[in-house]
This record gives sequence, structure tokens and C-alpha cells, in this order.
Amino acid sequence: MNAELRSLRTEAETALAESFAAARDSLPGSATVKAARERAFAAFEGKGLPHRRTEPWRYTDLRALMRTVPPRAAGAAAAMALPADPLPGLDRARLVIVDGVWRPELSDLAGLDGVTVTATERLLAEGDERLGGQAGRLDDAMVALNTALMAGGVAIDVPSGVDITRAVEIAHVTTGAVATYVRNHISVGAGGSLRVVETFVGADAAYQANVVTEAVIGDRAKVVWAKLQAEGATAVHIGTLAAAIGAEAQFDHLTLMTGAALSRSQSFVSFGGEFARAGLFGATMVGGRQHADIMLGVDHAVPNGASRELFKAVMDGRAEGVFQGRIVVRPGAQKTDGRMMTQGLLLSEEATFSVKPELEIFADDVQCAHGATSGQIDEDMLFYLLARGIPRAEAETLLVTAFLAEAIEGLGDEAIGEAFEVVARDWLARRGRTVAP
Amino acid sequence: MLSIKNLHASIDGREILRGIDLDVPAGQVHAIMGPNGSGKSTLSYVLAGREGYDITDGSILFDGEEIVETPAEERAAKGIFLAFQYPLEIPGVATMTFLKAAMNAQRKARGEAELTTPDFMRRVKASAEKLNVTQEMLRRPLNVGFSGGEKKRNEILQMALLEPKLAILDETDSGLDIDALRVVSDGVNALRSPDRSMLVITHYQRLLDHIVPDVVHVMAAGRIVRSGGPELALELEANGYADYVGAAA
Repeated sequence: MNAELRSLRTEAETALAESFAAARDSLPGSATVKAARERAFAAFEGKGLPHRRTEPWRYTDLRALMRTVPPRAAGAAAAMALPADPLPGLDRARLVIVDGVWRPELSDLAGLDGVTVTATERLLAEGDERLGGQAGRLDDAMVALNTALMAGGVAIDVPSGVDITRAVEIAHVTTGAVATYVRNHISVGAGGSLRVVETFVGADAAYQANVVTEAVIGDRAKVVWAKLQAEGATAVHIGTLAAAIGAEAQFDHLTLMTGAALSRSQSFVSFGGEFARAGLFGATMVGGRQHADIMLGVDHAVPNGASRELFKAVMDGRAEGVFQGRIVVRPGAQKTDGRMMTQGLLLSEEATFSVKPELEIFADDVQCAHGATSGQIDEDMLFYLLARGIPRAEAETLLVTAFLAEAIEGLGDEAIGEAFEVVARDWLARRGRTVAP
Repeated sequence: MLSIKNLHASIDGREILRGIDLDVPAGQVHAIMGPNGSGKSTLSYVLAGREGYDITDGSILFDGEEIVETPAEERAAKGIFLAFQYPLEIPGVATMTFLKAAMNAQRKARGEAELTTPDFMRRVKASAEKLNVTQEMLRRPLNVGFSGGEKKRNEILQMALLEPKLAILDETDSGLDIDALRVVSDGVNALRSPDRSMLVITHYQRLLDHIVPDVVHVMAAGRIVRSGGPELALELEANGYADYVGAAA
């Protein structure tokens, strides 16, 4: 009786089934990997594309929104110019992934002494158990689809005790109307540190990027992780981070979403050791008819963990912003301290913001809270700035930047934070130009 | 400088200003006193151009020009400054960023060149020292975590930097202890000049011991009901507003 009655396959689901059937024999991987692909695709087929009765996808009805699927990327074009730097001025090493494939010749690995960088294809060929170690915990159709079709990406391995001070960017670039299934893996050994920047940019083409990044953060490790989703205007972005953090580790994570027609960014963080701390932040800026969904899952599986969640979203035009956040405190996870806040700012009458914060607490000695607000620009604050002679567009930009800054600065990394604030200001400047008479 | 004729203003269909007539010539300081609810703060907002009020009748001439339809930011650029009764805390906007944005926006609106950073810094430093506004305060987000006195000093700092032609001080004494009142008053007095007018709105006479007005007006139920010299403030202090509240009702 539990079997869900599946409606007929949609056009997109049919295309995905055909795509998998055509690729299943040529996709990279050992026998174990091939078996995992088959299981994953069967799981995907069983569920189909997520829809509004799929509770975690309630506000992003992919079955209705994703009508077609472009062909799977067949490797990057031989020669290409990289798009403009999405984070000018930010010093970092770069691992460039073009149309789903890591391109070492376009990459810059300076400052990564002691770090091992491997192509995902090699991990697949060797049946490396790191793949699936974190994503395998997730019961999500789009993650299963990624597992079935994953074909490229990078694995970054920071050994125990190694501090990498230079930021490392995983730059995802898509050049045309293709579907990509990238799988990345990052491990930071005990006491190590790493600053990761994940960027997503692409052509103005109806491409679909489904990226899953797995991360294992060791005991006492310190990781800063900032994601910039600035995909092309007609793209679909489905990005998932599955991270496990060890005892006394510090993990700070910021997701900034501004691109794509349809985007969903999922971050799942699991506490595996005591006295770890996670800061999870988000800044969404969308307009027009964009749809941007952030899904957050925090699993306090052990005692004495602390997490802070602050998500801000600015919606203009007829954009739809979504935030679903779920903090779970498992039985026995005493002294957990979790606080989640989400705030939406609506810049137009037609924009919407849907929020579903959840706390599930199975321990009795915890401090947990969540809150959500949604509103327009504060009229009193706006008048204060106008009364000083600051023009309306500039005053609104100041207030919106300030609204987002709290989340961006939460990351606690000044250089990355500044680069991301520039992205926010640029978005507001573009908005200012489009609303000006 | 400022000439208000038969000004009527309503909010949400409720008439608050019921025919204000007021002239403030250049270089003069006028005080407006009145009981709570008489419309004093509404007058300050209407003069500064806050949205949400319906001006149903009358006119506001500033430097001979009708400004009833002029947006707040343009009024500011023309030289109208409102020192807020409750200055807003704006987290995430650095005080210095705000000051520079305001000064340059007004300069730009007047067709003047933007200030260079050193020139801006020099001006802020000079005015801040006089008002006991510390560098630490200037580093904070605008008014965030400021005490009542610090907020009011920050208002007067903005007034000093923006050099308005007309300064409206709305209950600038509220929330100030006697020392803070002196610092703020000294700051205001230092800005008195033959080509700058001030409209000082207050409930209590004590501010007027420090900022001595040329003319005192009594406002009740949305009208100016009496005008006189500084001695009028002392009379109000002694007798209260009971006469005016009764008369206006």
C-alpha cells in the first residue's frame, strides 16, 4: 500500500530514461560503480522528478517546471575562452570544470602544496569508496539521478594538519545547452584547513547542471565554503552539498544565489563528532521570473554541537524565493545549540517568498530556535536616508546591501565576503538600471 | 526662508494639521512648543517630505519656491534638514558610508563635484571632534548600539556636515541628560548663522535655555495658536498647556 501511484512519465522523465539507457555502458566506473548507477537510476525512476507532493520539494515542482532535458554533455569543446571572472579581485587557486569535465590545463593549482587533486573519472574507475559516502545518505531523486549519470568533477584531498590559506575555487562553467552531472569530493583531514569557493556560471543557453559535492571534514578541521550560483539566465541549477563534520570542527558555509531561471541549492550537514560548530548562511537575489529554492538539512547526531543558520532572500519582479530548513536533533544529542533565522525582502508586489523552517528535536536538554520574517523595505529607514538627500535607488541599494551583508559577513572570511558583496552590489546596480525610467 | 500658508495635512483620512501659518525668515530660530498630539512631529515630517501624508490644502514655500510636491531627497538637496526625534538604527550601513553618500548626493544634486576622500575625512574629523563623536562611533553601523545622546550628537554631526539652509530639530532634547543636552545645544548654536534658519520643536522649555529662539510659537490641535518672544516659553513652563488644550478642543 506504500507504493506511490506513478502517473505516466513526463517528457523530461522519458528523456532522462533514454539518456541513461544510451549512456549506461559508456559511463566511467568500476563494476561496483556500474551497479550503484543501476540502483540509483532505479531509485530515480521509482520516484520520478520531484513534485509538490514530495515534501522536501514542496515549493519547487520540478515535474511541472522542468519540461525537457537537453542532451548529456559529451565533453567540453577543445578550445574555448573562459567567461569573465565572477569574483574579480579574489585571490584563489582555480579548478575549472567545463561542461562537466575538469580541465587541468585551464586550472591554477598554485598554493596547494600537500593537496591531492584527482579527476572524478579516476575515482569512478577505481571504485573509490569516497564517492557516495555522504551523498548515499540522502533520499533525493535528483541526487540519485546524479549518482546514475555522474561523469566528471574533482576530488580534493587535504591531509591531516595541512593548512591551505589560499582559497580554492571549483569553477563550474557550462558552454551550451547540455545536461551535466558533476560529482566532486572534498576531504580535509584532522586539524587541516581549507577555504573553498564553488562558482557556477554559464552561457545563455537552456542547460541543466546537476552537481553533487560530498565533503568529509575531519576532527578539529576548519573549513570555509562559499558557493556562488550565477548560472546563465535560462539555466536550471540543481546543486547539492552533503557534508559530514568531525569533532571540534568548524564549518562555515555561504550560498549566494543570483543566476539561473530555476535553481535549487541543497546543503546537508551532519555532525559526526562532539563540540563541532557549523555556520550556514545564504543570500538569494532574484528578479524577473526566476525561481530560487534553498534546502537546508542540519543533522545534530551527537551531543554538544552548535549550528547557526541565517538565510536572507531578496525577490524582485515576479521572482519566487523558497527556503526550507530542517534542523534535526537526534536522541541523545544533548546540549545541542541550533538557531535558524530566515528573512525575505520583497521588492515588488508580485514577488513571493515561501518559507518552511522545521525543528525536529528528540533530546531534552537543548537550545534550539527558529524564526522567519518576510517584508518590504523598511519605510522608516528609507525615509531617514531620503531625508539626507540620498536618491531613492541609492537608498534602496544601501538598505538591501545591508540586509544581505549580515548573511554574507556571517561566513567570517573577509576576502571571500568582500568578493561576494561585490556580486550583491552588482546585482542591485543592474536592478537599479532596469527600474530607472 | 520658510513660509507656510494655511497648511492642512491628513494621514489615513485623519486631519492632523488644520491650517498652519508660519514664517521663518533667514537667520532666525523659531521654536514650536505644544502638548503631545498637537501635530508638532507631523509638521516636521511634512516639511521634510515624508510620504504617507495627504496635503489637502495650503502651501509651503522654501526660498520662495513651492515644495509641497517635491520628494524628500530633493528637499534635502535644496537645504532642508530634519534632525529626527528617533534617529533610525540601520544595521549593515556603515556610518562613514552613509555620511559620504549623503554629502555627495547633495553636492551632485546641486551640480557640485563630489568630495575627495581626504577632504571628506577632514570635514568629518573636524565636526566630529566638536560634537564629541568618537572615531569608534564613526566605525559602527549607523546609530547601531548608540545611546540616546550619541544618536542625537550624530544627528547634529550630519547637520554640521550637510550645512542646511533650514534645520528642523524635532524633540532634539528628548532622551538627553543635562551634559548631553549642553553638547548638542552648543553644536546647534555653533551652526547659527545669518543665512541659516532653524525650527526647534520641543515639548519642554529647558532646551530653549540653551538654544535661545527669536520667536516661540504654541501649537495645539494642528494650528499655531499663539506666538511671542522667548518669554512665552517660560510662561508655558509655569502654566502648562492646559489652557491651549482646552481652547483648541
